[in-house]
Amino acid sequence: MGALVMSKAITIDGKSVSFIDGQTIMDAALAAGVYIPHLCHNPEFEPHGNCKLCIVSVNGRNMTACTMPAAEDMVVASNTPELDSDRQALVQMLFVEGNHICPACEASGNCQLQAAAYYLKMLSPHFMHFYPPREVDASHPDIFLDLNRCILCELCVRASREVDGKNVFGISGRGIGTHLVVNAASGRLGDTNFAVTDRAAQVCPTGAILIKRQGYKIPIGQRTFDHKKISEVQMEPVKRTEPEHE
Amino acid sequence: MNEKRKIRVATCSLAGCFGCHMSLLDIDEKLFDLLGVIEFDRTPFTDIKHCGPCDIGIVEGGVSNAENVHVLKEFRENCKVLVAIGACAITGGVPALRNNIDLWDCFQEVYLYEGGLEGNQIPNDPELPLPFDKVYPIYEVVKVDYFLPGCPPSADTIWKFLTDLIEGREPKLDYEMLHYD
Repeated sequence: MGALVMSKAITIDGKSVSFIDGQTIMDAALAAGVYIPHLCHNPEFEPHGNCKLCIVSVNGRNMTACTMPAAEDMVVASNTPELDSDRQALVQMLFVEGNHICPACEASGNCQLQAAAYYLKMLSPHFMHFYPPREVDASHPDIFLDLNRCILCELCVRASREVDGKNVFGISGRGIGTHLVVNAASGRLGDTNFAVTDRAAQVCPTGAILIKRQGYKIPIGQRTFDHKKISEVQMEPVKRTEPEHE
Repeated sequence: MNEKRKIRVATCSLAGCFGCHMSLLDIDEKLFDLLGVIEFDRTPFTDIKHCGPCDIGIVEGGVSNAENVHVLKEFRENCKVLVAIGACAITGGVPALRNNIDLWDCFQEVYLYEGGLEGNQIPNDPELPLPFDKVYPIYEVVKVDYFLPGCPPSADTIWKFLTDLIEGREPKLDYEMLHYD
């Protein structure tokens, strides 16, 4: 304790985690191999803080780790029964607000919403289901857009804007009426320049954006989260890039 | 007479496919161990028509019609512990795919556009239960004590859950046993 003050550090669940100025709590945690549950965060894109799954207690106040800049001597609690209970309630609300029928979804087993629910040991959606009327857009030759499964993480919005430079997706409406929109006069994906090679076609955490003609190539039971927890999978790309932080 | 009383179990399938019941039967030779400690009340295995007082009620399938509600309430009134088994009982499942399709459109698709053996007509016998506009998970109708997800939960998962419950432990599933598909 108090030995070398070479770099600034915060404490996450009692573990000292160093950071450089400009990093968020999430950045610092990912770099240090400390897992904080998250759905809408992907280090490739600007953080958004809308799923709230990365909620952590910072000096006693709840904050989203993906948007909160790390500051010296922050004491962060993440892996606590209280926060995991809040996170489970958030995931349960995401389930009932959409139409997430896992047995009928091609993304089952590869779905991060489902995997987060497994990680948080969710046994039922608990709340009353909304069963909202939502559209399926199959107009694009290579890609389905199934709004039943959209959780408004805005990863496709960010990927299309920041990486693909296309702005194919956007968010419209407010509150419970918030929904994903497609940037075309017709509102249909087939009338955009969206391509299967776009980053935005690959980042959907659920089965809302699905590539056509890939159905069940990998059988149920052999998929990403069937045997591996989301905490392991989401930390994998970080481990590969770790030496850069030396 | 002084033998330890067997745990009385009832099961039923509402708007389900009996897949969860099939998965229960998939515990194979462990059925003998199970039948050493439990006995069945109402279940498709015994063909008993009404549920009497039970220790455990296991309900497969969601609630899609008036009869489902009657059966579910009978289970809740008679079972000390009520278990929702499978995706349909817990979320509505595959039958809930019809929830955003108008009921009349469903009827036309099934009975009118492609005629059945009796021609193009919608069944309307008073014996038939009235369908609901939507399919609901059972916890939206009665209080449910335990949830066992899966479509279906594997035989091993069901065995783990049931042995925990019967032996008085809080049922606990390992990561690979918790599935929604």
